[in-house]
Amino acid sequence: MLHQSDRLIETPSQTAGPYVHIGCIPSFAGLKDVYPEDLGRSPIEPGARGTRITITGSVYDGTGWAMRDAMIESWQADAEGRFAGQSGADPLVSGFCRFAADKDSGEFILRTIKPGAVAGRDGMVFAPHIALWIVARGINIGLSTRIYFEDEDNSADPLLARIEQRPRVQTLMATATGAGTYRFDIRLQGEGETVFLDL
Amino acid sequence: MPPPDAPAEPQYDAAALMPRRHDMHPRPYDPDYKTSVTRAPRLPLLSMQATPTEETGPRFGHDRIGPLDNDLIRNHAQGDALAIGERIRVFGRVIDETGRAVPHTLVEIWQANAGGRYRHIKDTYFAPLDPNFGGCGRTLTDETGHYEFMTIRPGAYPWPNRANDWRPMHIHFSIFGHAFGQRLISQMYFQGDPLIDLCPIAATIKDRGQLDRLVAPLDMQNARGMDYLAYRFDIVLRGRRQTMFENRPEGL
Ligand SMILES: [Fe+3]
Repeated sequence: MLHQSDRLIETPSQTAGPYVHIGCIPSFAGLKDVYPEDLGRSPIEPGARGTRITITGSVYDGTGWAMRDAMIESWQADAEGRFAGQSGADPLVSGFCRFAADKDSGEFILRTIKPGAVAGRDGMVFAPHIALWIVARGINIGLSTRIYFEDEDNSADPLLARIEQRPRVQTLMATATGAGTYRFDIRLQGEGETVFLDL
Repeated sequence: MPPPDAPAEPQYDAAALMPRRHDMHPRPYDPDYKTSVTRAPRLPLLSMQATPTEETGPRFGHDRIGPLDNDLIRNHAQGDALAIGERIRVFGRVIDETGRAVPHTLVEIWQANAGGRYRHIKDTYFAPLDPNFGGCGRTLTDETGHYEFMTIRPGAYPWPNRANDWRPMHIHFSIFGHAFGQRLISQMYFQGDPLIDLCPIAATIKDRGQLDRLVAPLDMQNARGMDYLAYRFDIVLRGRRQTMFENRPEGL
């Protein structure tokens, strides 16, 4: 292994800006005739194993305003906790999705399957979760967080266990709003600020 | 037999990600970039060693990429007409912090046209749209991490921040790497642009050496006479520790 001093340094981030959709979700920007379709339109294909779920939410800035320009990417395991490309993974689960806050309401919708628990190193087991990466104007480096599910057993999750202020765990919980439907709001700053991750 | 709901064993111990050096990135909260004031978390990030979720990531196959996707001069052309502007080739390598190439990874770009106008429903700047310029491109790096785009040099444009702030000429870059934890969005600037030093967004990066890495030098060796100028922009993603399982696939 190289010593720290031999390491190159990661290229610095810059904000995705207000027009991120042109590059990442061109049809959202109104640009429909460059590519046949946007990449990452759905994390699953028809026939994917697992429970279908719909997660709705908003990204709120520090004033409580639901941002209209956020772009979010999600990454998750299949129903058995395997990521795409790992042996035995469900070939109908790409696990990756891109979605934007609606330009009028600020709401996003993620339609997927509920992931399984994921095994980590040293016997660690992570409760079912979906990783999110949030970019927008004013966000200088993409923000990482996770959606966990309030109706799963999260008691032994190693990441949640590291949150010292226990009420903040709730900021990572999708709350059930009906059969297969959840609400997950993201607060960038202030009261109820979401736990953001450095992993 | 494991219990039926036991999670799958991890299969890619390959890929322990090195921690991100946040001091080498822009400051999230920077009052001179006003929008960041309400959009930067106030509380510390929760740090821990990366997990399989960050060490795996999506892969995109060559079948998803069209032959003109990396040619912004032609990929939105109406008929035979080409995009207006100074023709440039933008190319470079994607490597990681250990110096290894990142092959077959998706690089996406977006930019304003030569007049500084974006083709986006929310851009209302009065510089005209170019009917033959869309402003997005994408490509996969090759075996050795190289990528390349043909495009036009984007115009600088004013933006609402202080009374008269202008963005230097820039191209937005989105890079995946092979792990979701390597995900990066940044911007490429152009050597010699006087607006770089006046830009509050560029100035969110406090280490001048780091900012300079976003300024692509003019590369006449790789330009072509009577055709295009060339700018070289190399990208370094977070490193992954080397292990013996390195060749295992980590994603589609
Ligand atoms: Fe821009």
